Amino acid sequence: MASSVRDHRGRPVAVVTGMGIVTSLGRGKAENWAGLAAGRSGLKRITRFPTDGLKSTVAGTVDFMDVSPYSAHDLSLAMAMAAVEEAFGEARIETAMFPGPLIVATPPSEFEWPLLRQLYEGSPEPQHGGYRRLLAAARTGNYRGMARHLRFASIADGLKEKFGCSGEPVSICTACASGTTTIQLGMEAIRRGQADAALCIGADATVHPEGLIRFSLLSALSTQNDPPEKASRPFSKNRDGFVIAEGAAALVLESYDAARARGATVLGVVRGCGEKADDFHRTRSRPDGAAIIGAIRKTLGDAGVAPDEIDYINAHGTSTPENDKMEYLSLKAVLGDHLARVPISSNKSMVGHTLIAAGSVEAVFSLLTLRNGLLPPTINYDVPDPDIPLDVVPNAARAAAVKTVLSNSFGFGGQNACVVFSGEPA
Amino acid sequence: MSALPHDVWITGIGLVSSQGEGLDAHWDRLARVPAPRPVVDEERFAPYPVHPLATIDVAREIPKTSDQRQMEQWQRTGVYAAGLALADAGIAGNSELLNRTDVVTAAGNGERDLALDARVLEAIGAQPAPDVYLNRALATGLRPTLYLGQLSNLLAGNISLVHKATGSSRTFKGEEMAGVAAVENAVRRIAGGEGELFLVGGALNAEREDLLLGCELDGALHRGPFRSVWARGEGGGLVPGSIGVFLVLESEVHAALRGAKAYASLRSIASDRAARRAGSTDLGLMRLFDEIAGGLPPGPLAVLSGVSGVEPVTGQERAFLQGLEARGYHPAVRAHGTVLGHALEAHFIAGVALAALAVSRQAYFPPFDVSGVERPLEGAPRQILVTGLGHWRGEGLALVEAAD
Repeated sequence: MASSVRDHRGRPVAVVTGMGIVTSLGRGKAENWAGLAAGRSGLKRITRFPTDGLKSTVAGTVDFMDVSPYSAHDLSLAMAMAAVEEAFGEARIETAMFPGPLIVATPPSEFEWPLLRQLYEGSPEPQHGGYRRLLAAARTGNYRGMARHLRFASIADGLKEKFGCSGEPVSICTACASGTTTIQLGMEAIRRGQADAALCIGADATVHPEGLIRFSLLSALSTQNDPPEKASRPFSKNRDGFVIAEGAAALVLESYDAARARGATVLGVVRGCGEKADDFHRTRSRPDGAAIIGAIRKTLGDAGVAPDEIDYINAHGTSTPENDKMEYLSLKAVLGDHLARVPISSNKSMVGHTLIAAGSVEAVFSLLTLRNGLLPPTINYDVPDPDIPLDVVPNAARAAAVKTVLSNSFGFGGQNACVVFSGEPA
Repeated sequence: MSALPHDVWITGIGLVSSQGEGLDAHWDRLARVPAPRPVVDEERFAPYPVHPLATIDVAREIPKTSDQRQMEQWQRTGVYAAGLALADAGIAGNSELLNRTDVVTAAGNGERDLALDARVLEAIGAQPAPDVYLNRALATGLRPTLYLGQLSNLLAGNISLVHKATGSSRTFKGEEMAGVAAVENAVRRIAGGEGELFLVGGALNAEREDLLLGCELDGALHRGPFRSVWARGEGGGLVPGSIGVFLVLESEVHAALRGAKAYASLRSIASDRAARRAGSTDLGLMRLFDEIAGGLPPGPLAVLSGVSGVEPVTGQERAFLQGLEARGYHPAVRAHGTVLGHALEAHFIAGVALAALAVSRQAYFPPFDVSGVERPLEGAPRQILVTGLGHWRGEGLALVEAAD
């Protein structure tokens, strides 16, 4: 019988054997890593729609995917497919043959204004207004093609159709922690022995007027629009909000034994995940950071990693006044004095906040950081915040051998989830 | 998944629907002979009937008006039902237990500002610069907190906030399969020793034109007058029902240690997603049945069906029941969609709740309609098969069993 590798609690070890990514920096790992290593921003003035009258006019849109007309569903699905294809290529898995569950984090499925207007104008009952008129249009049966935008399982279904995973494809939402949650679900399935592989995906393409405005109304977005590439300033004293962005990333997880048995290259180990819900406020953390602290501690405990073994942190680092302060305070509470020795950078300084996809995007970047021995910088770090004394790898990438990375993801609704990655086990 | 290494007990149930609030109210109405009368509103959204939520005093479970104001109706309904479930399981107010209660919800999202949508749609066509008008109209017209009422995971978020259940929080999406996935996730985590105490549920506010519009784009709605799910004719269609339903799922060991009583055991659950192509009839339900209940001896079999009334899947579920008949089972099916309405994400969970209720009362529901599809069942079932077929995608089955 083949020897099997188990973790500190006797569970099968989950490893990553394939990764794919799309962000405003480009399509694929090569383009994205080149951008990150050079400290280049993918953020730019929005051209998808007029921004007259809006306070925030910068975003990390993905404009090169050949999806027209734009919709959150179609662009999210296209990016997710591109990311999975890249991940399959690296993992040497045949399309339509994936041997495990598919877990995808998807943006809200909702009516966008072009859809509503199309229904309204095409309605056979123009004598009515509002939803009565829209429903009359739907009743004609002429708008069935629009249903995909409103179905929450639609992106997952499209991915299953193409990549052939086993069982029911799962769609999840834990707000801006969603990408990390998909990795947690995949890791758990492998640890339970439920599957030898899992496909974990996050995608978000919600830069449309209402998507932008609703975050703006919650005072979450940066209004430092000029120049666009300087709008996202994680951990800086003059940070004033995040920059909404689009992206997708996919990770192929496998049990270490299964990966070894088929000769796959192990890109990194998913050491552990943890989560803790906050009960303080819909958009803010408990002032004492208890839930974030709880999530980090549970993650380290799950991973069997001591705080001083963390040698790099991929921050949630949104660039909002609230997040960056609370992330620092919580890390300080868990890592103590060791934190001063741990570099931490925020990819969001360059790719913005990809929301639902952020945990997936940052997982890929965390693993590339491990493999390349280069820490991507936090750019736009010109005015340090004295209340956040962190080594943020300011403005320029830095060579460093990294063994163990902590990646944080926090979201509205009290969502906190973290993951620890490390290199291949000896 | 078949036999579980750790038994999963259902130790708390919170249920609100058009039939009323709480288990006693539901049992009193649904176990009554003759068949209970569905509560249907055929006027408000004509031609679409809906099952409206019974009147509830939201303040009982959501005391702060500031909290109530920050939620949309689907969230209030869900948070209310979650509170009932926690109280029912003896967990409400117990901070030690709540701190490690893992919340798993099944949710869509929504509730748009319908009045704002109507105003903008009426005016935008005549604007010289429609896009610029839209920006201004939304930036000045949207309530800042509306988005928090729309986000899928904010049902779970509000449960953590109001009830202090904060072990973790995961939200599954995907219409009916969200409910199957939520229950399956909790069951697998209990079985795998990854958690002991879960609050699992969902909610739907059926009384919304934007929800109806989303369903009707693909012709999924039944148009009045109301008929039972088995009798909706050739095209079929669902009648949405407002429901809030939450279960407390617990490992048997954990429940026993704290002296909690079980309504029932959730014996097994399995799901898949068949490729539904034109003309395909087999959704693989018999394979799922064998996976979770293949060991059951032939004979009478109680089935709580989540059938929606939408075709062709309603017919395919009937074919599956006939297939069971051919194998020596005598399915006594009850479609809770007839009496509660179809609750999408929450629908399968409502089926599990009603199955656990029946098992715990050692009795069964009389037929919910007079179509003849639902046959009487003598005696009290020890096991009840719960079905949850997505109206457009996905299939799930669970087996609920007496816990003694």
